[in-house]
Amino acid sequence: MSNNEPSANDPLLQLSGISKAFGGTQALESIELALYAGSITALVGENGAGKSTLVKILSGIYQPDGGRIALCGKSVRIRSPAHAQQLGISVIHQEAVVFDELSVAENIFVTARPRRWGLIDWARMRRDAGRLMERLDCPLDPGLSLRELSVAQKYLVQIARALSHDARLVIMDEPTAALSHHEAQLLLRIAAGLRDEGRALLFISHRFEDLFAIADRYVVFRDGRNVAEGAMPGTSTETLIQCMVGRVIERLYPKRCIALGEEMLRVSHLSRAEEFADISFGVRRGEILGVYGLVGAGRSELMQSVFGLTRAESGGIELDRTQIRPRHPADAIAQGIAYVPEDRQHQGAISSLSISGNITLASLGKFTRHGWVDGERLTRTAGEWAQRLQVRYASLEQPLSELSGGNQQKVVLAKWLLTAPRVLILDEPTKGIDVGAKAAVHALMGEWVQQGMAIVLVSSELPEVLGLSDRVLVMRRGRLAGMLDRSEADAATVLRLASAA
Amino acid sequence: MTDEARPSHYRPPTPWRRRLLRWEVFLALVVAADFAFNVQLSPYFLSTETLADVSFNFTEKALVALPMTLLIIAGEIDISVAATMALASVCMGLLATTTASLSAIVGCGLAVGLLAGAFNGALVTRWRVPAIVATIGTMSLYRGIAYGILGDRVLKDYPPAFAFFGQGYIAGPVSFELLLFTLAAVLCALYLHRTEFGRRLVAIGCNKTAAEMAGVRVNRYRFGLFVATGVASAAASVLLTSRLGSTRPSIAQGMELDIISMVILGGVAITGGRGSIAGVVLAAILTGLAIFGLGLINVPGVVVSLLMGALLILIVGLPIVGQRLSRTRAWARLRRTQV
Amino acid sequence: MKAARLWIRLGGSRHDVGLALLTALLFVAVAARYRQFTSAVGLRDIFDDTSILILLALGQMLVMLTRAIDLSVAATVALTGMCVALINQAEPQVALPWLVLGAALLGAVLGAVNGLLVWQLQIPPIVVTLGTLAIYRGTTYLVSHGRWVNSGDMSPSFLTLVRERWCGVTFLSWLAIVGVLFTACFLRYSVAGRSLYVAGNNPEAAGNVGVDVGRAQCLAFVFNGLLAGLCGYLWVARYAVAYTEIASGFELTVIAACVIGGVSIAGGSGTVFGVVLGCLFLGVIKNALPLLAVSPFWQMAISGAVIVTAAALNAAGTRAPQRQRILEN
Repeated sequence: MSNNEPSANDPLLQLSGISKAFGGTQALESIELALYAGSITALVGENGAGKSTLVKILSGIYQPDGGRIALCGKSVRIRSPAHAQQLGISVIHQEAVVFDELSVAENIFVTARPRRWGLIDWARMRRDAGRLMERLDCPLDPGLSLRELSVAQKYLVQIARALSHDARLVIMDEPTAALSHHEAQLLLRIAAGLRDEGRALLFISHRFEDLFAIADRYVVFRDGRNVAEGAMPGTSTETLIQCMVGRVIERLYPKRCIALGEEMLRVSHLSRAEEFADISFGVRRGEILGVYGLVGAGRSELMQSVFGLTRAESGGIELDRTQIRPRHPADAIAQGIAYVPEDRQHQGAISSLSISGNITLASLGKFTRHGWVDGERLTRTAGEWAQRLQVRYASLEQPLSELSGGNQQKVVLAKWLLTAPRVLILDEPTKGIDVGAKAAVHALMGEWVQQGMAIVLVSSELPEVLGLSDRVLVMRRGRLAGMLDRSEADAATVLRLASAA
Repeated sequence: MTDEARPSHYRPPTPWRRRLLRWEVFLALVVAADFAFNVQLSPYFLSTETLADVSFNFTEKALVALPMTLLIIAGEIDISVAATMALASVCMGLLATTTASLSAIVGCGLAVGLLAGAFNGALVTRWRVPAIVATIGTMSLYRGIAYGILGDRVLKDYPPAFAFFGQGYIAGPVSFELLLFTLAAVLCALYLHRTEFGRRLVAIGCNKTAAEMAGVRVNRYRFGLFVATGVASAAASVLLTSRLGSTRPSIAQGMELDIISMVILGGVAITGGRGSIAGVVLAAILTGLAIFGLGLINVPGVVVSLLMGALLILIVGLPIVGQRLSRTRAWARLRRTQV
Repeated sequence: MKAARLWIRLGGSRHDVGLALLTALLFVAVAARYRQFTSAVGLRDIFDDTSILILLALGQMLVMLTRAIDLSVAATVALTGMCVALINQAEPQVALPWLVLGAALLGAVLGAVNGLLVWQLQIPPIVVTLGTLAIYRGTTYLVSHGRWVNSGDMSPSFLTLVRERWCGVTFLSWLAIVGVLFTACFLRYSVAGRSLYVAGNNPEAAGNVGVDVGRAQCLAFVFNGLLAGLCGYLWVARYAVAYTEIASGFELTVIAACVIGGVSIAGGSGTVFGVVLGCLFLGVIKNALPLLAVSPFWQMAISGAVIVTAAALNAAGTRAPQRQRILEN
C-alpha cells in the first residue's frame, strides 16, 4: 500500500485543530481525530454535529478553515475529490452518488476510467468492474444501466468504487441506512474484510447494533466538537447516547397501555400486480400496528395503495365499516387517512416552502371560505401546531430547508395531524433523524393513540417495531408472512418470517 | 444535515415574500428610470394619448403573460402560445369570410384556444411529455396548420365592429385592451395570492410529488393552467387581429419568447415555486415603455429585441455580479430575489 | 433478444431501434411510390440537405446532455454567417480557410458568452439563451445595416466549396460525416465527453466525483457555438445569401431533431446515432412532401405532429412510473 508502512501505533490519518465555519455557523471546531490502519473507528453524533462536514473535508470537497491534516505523518492539503482519491482516501457518501444513466462499470470507475492511448478503454473497465463486483459477492452484468438495480445493489456499486482504487482509508457515511437486515450484515462483513486487509475505516452510523458488531474504537461529535473517544468494547449504547446528546434519554421506546377500541381500518385481500398480493389486516382505534419487512418487501407499495396514491386491482378497504375506494390521496385524506411517506426530502417535505405553508398544505380547505384564504387564521393554526410538536424554528415564514432533519419531520407530522386523521400511516418516520427527535416522535405517537387514533407503523428498525407495536405484521416479497401479537413477537421470529426463503 | 452541507458564501435567505417585494421595488425603480428617459426623448410623451398608445405595446403579450406566470410558477412552460394565437386568428379570419356574427367569430377564436390548450394539457398530464418538449411540438403543429390552411394569403374580411377589441377605447385614454388586461391581472393576482388554489399552485411548483401526496390534484391544476393559457392566447389573438385588421399565418411570430421574457423579468423563477403577478405587471409596463420609447427614436424592431434581450440578462445577472464584486449584505439580499 | 443486447452494447438504445425502424418504414413507403427517392442521387441529396441540421443538432445534443438548452444557435448561425459574408464581400482576397476558421472561432466565442453566463453567474440556460438569441440577431442587423449580401457579392470560391464533390459526396456532407464521427468518439472515448453525461444525469452528485457541472455546461456551449459558427458559413454559402433573418426559428427545428432522436431534455441521456436518425427523419419528411404533392406550407404542421408523436412515444416508453417487481411467480 504505502512505501513507509506505519507502525501499529502511528495513526494513518491525524487531524489536529480542524475547524470549518459556514457564514455564521461554526460546523467544526478544533477537531482532533486519529485513524489507524487495520482498525474501524465509529463516528457517532446527532444530525448537525458535524459528521458530514468532516467527511466532505476528508474527501476534498471542502477546505478546512484551520488545522492540520497529516497522512502517515506528513502534512497534506486535500485539494479535490480526485486528489483525495490519489492520496488513498475513499468516501462512500450518505446521499447516493450514482448515475442512473451510466452503466455499472462506468459508475464504479467514474473518477478513474481506465485509458489506453488517451482513450477510454471500455473493455478493461468492464472486466475490472466484473472482478470487483464478484469480490463483493454480487455478480452483476457490468454493462447494466444503474437504473435497473435495487437500492442495495447501487450501494454495493459505490463500495466497489471505493475498492477500485485500493484506498488506505475508507469512509462510510450511514451505509446501512437504506439496507435491509440481510444486506446490512453483508455490508458489515465487507467492512470487516476491508479492515482485515489493513485499511483504516471510518464508519458513521446511527445504528448502534452495527457499530458494536464491528467497530474497534469510537469517537463522539457534539455541536462540532469531539467530546468523547475510546475503545468500543468498553462502552454501551446508553453511554454513547448520553455523550451525543449531553443528557440522559429515558426509555427509547415508551409504550403505554391503553384500551383498544373498535376496528377502524380493515383491508381485505388487497392485491396489485407485481407489487403485493392478497393482503388482509385490520387496525383498531388506539392500536399501533407495526409492519416489518426487508427492503423491497412491498410495505410502502401496500400503504400507498391504501392511501390512494396507486390503485389496487382487487380487494377492498373499509374505514369504520364503510367501503372506500380512494383514487387519489385527496380522497383518502377526506376520508380520514393520512400517510407520512418514507422519503422525507422528496415526498414528505417541501423544502422551499415556508413552515406554515407546509403545515397547512393538506388542509387548506379548513382556512378558506368560497376559495378565499383567511391568512391570519392559517398562520395562527400553523403556529399552534408547530408549538404542540415542539418544532424549533425562527419564524413560521422561513423555508423548511433551514430546519434540521428532526424538526422537518415534525413539521411533516404536523401537516398530517392537522387533517385530523382517523388512521395515520407512518412510513419510516424516524429515519435519518437524531435521537432526541426520535424519542419525541415516539412520545407523540403514544399521545395520539391515547386520543383514539389508529396508527400503522412501517419501519425497518426492529427495536422500534418491537418496542412500540401492539401487533406486528410481517411482509415478505409482497405477501403477508405473518401476524404476531406483541407477546409473541421477538427479533428472531420476526426476522425469520421476514426473510425465510 | 441541513446545517452542514452549505458552501462558504451562503447567507440565510430572507422569507420569500420579502425577497420578492424587493425585486418589485427594483423593477419599479427601473420603470421610473425608463419613464424619465422616455420623457427626455420626446416632449409629447406625457400626453394622455401617448400614454394610452404605450399600453398597446404590451397589453396583448401581457394578457398571455398572466396565465403563463401561473404556469411557470407551477413548474411548467408553454412555448406554443404565439402559435395558438396564429391558429385562432386564422380560424377567426376564415369564419369572418362567412356571414357569422361577431360573437360567433370571437367565440370561435376562444374555442380554438381552449382546444389548443387542452391538447397541450393532455400531452403533459396524460402522456407525461415534458412541457417544454410538448409545446415545442405543438408550436410547430399549430402554426403549421395555420400556414397549411392559409398558405401565403391574407384574411381581411372582418366585420367593422371587430375593430373595437383592438382599437377601441372605453373611457378617455383607457383602451379596451388595457381594461381587459387590468381585469385579468387583478383576477390572477387574487387567485395566486389570496385563494387556496394559488397556494396549492405554489406548492406544485416547489415539489410536485410532495404536493400530490398532500392531496393536491396536481394533474387537474396543470391541465387547467394549460387550458387557461390557451384561452388567454386566443383572447390576445382577438385583440391583436382586431388591432391589425388582418390575419397572416405569421402573425405574432416570435411573441412566445417576448412573453416568457416578460415573465422572467417580473421576478418569476423559471424553475417554479416563486413569483408574483405584481412583478409581471411591472415588467409588462417596463417592456411597453421601453419599446415605445425606442420606437419614438425609430429604432428598428430587431434592435429593440436586442436591447430587451440585453436588459433581461442584465436584470437577472446584475444582482449576482454585484454580490461578487462587493460582498455587502444589501447585494446578497438582492441576489436572493432573482431567479 | 441477443441482437438487441448487442445493439445496446454498441451505445444504441431501445429508443433508437424504434426510430430507425420508423425512419426505414417511412422511407420504404415513399420509395415504393417514387422510384427516384431511392436512387443514390436521391439519398445523397437528402443527406446533403440535412447536413447543416445534423451539425447543429450534434452541438445542441451536447448542451442538452448537460441538462441545458441553447435557444440562440440560429441567431449564432446568422451572425457568424453574416460576418463572413460581409468580409468576403468587402475583401474577396481573404483566403477561404481563414474565413471558415474565423466563423467557427466567432461561433465559439458567442457560445462562450452563453457558457460563462451560465457557469459563472448561474443564470438558468433558458434565460441566458433567450437573451442572447435577441442580442445576436440584433447584432446581425447592426453589422449589416439591414442590407442583404447576395450571391453576386460573394466570391466564387466562397460559394462553390460546399458544393464540391469528393468521391461523389459534397464537402458539406463530408463535414457532417466528420462531425458525427468526431462527436461520437468524443462522447464515448474521452473523459470530457463522459463528464457531460455525468453532469446532466445527476448534477447534485457530480461535484462529489470531481465534475464541475457549470464547467461541463460551458464546455458544451462553446462546442455548440463552434459548430454553429461553422454552420454560419455553410448556411450562407449553401443558400448563397445572407440577411438578418436567416435561420429564423431554426433553433426549434434543431431541438426537435434532438427530441425525436431520443435526447432527454432532462439531461444525461442521448446518442449520436439517435440524433442523426432524428435529423434524417425530418429530412426524409421534408423531401418526401413535394413528391407526395403536399404543399410545402404543410411541412411545419407535419414536423410538429411528428415531434409530438415522437415525444409522446418516448415518454410512454421511459417515463412511466415503473412498478417494482416484488411478487415472484
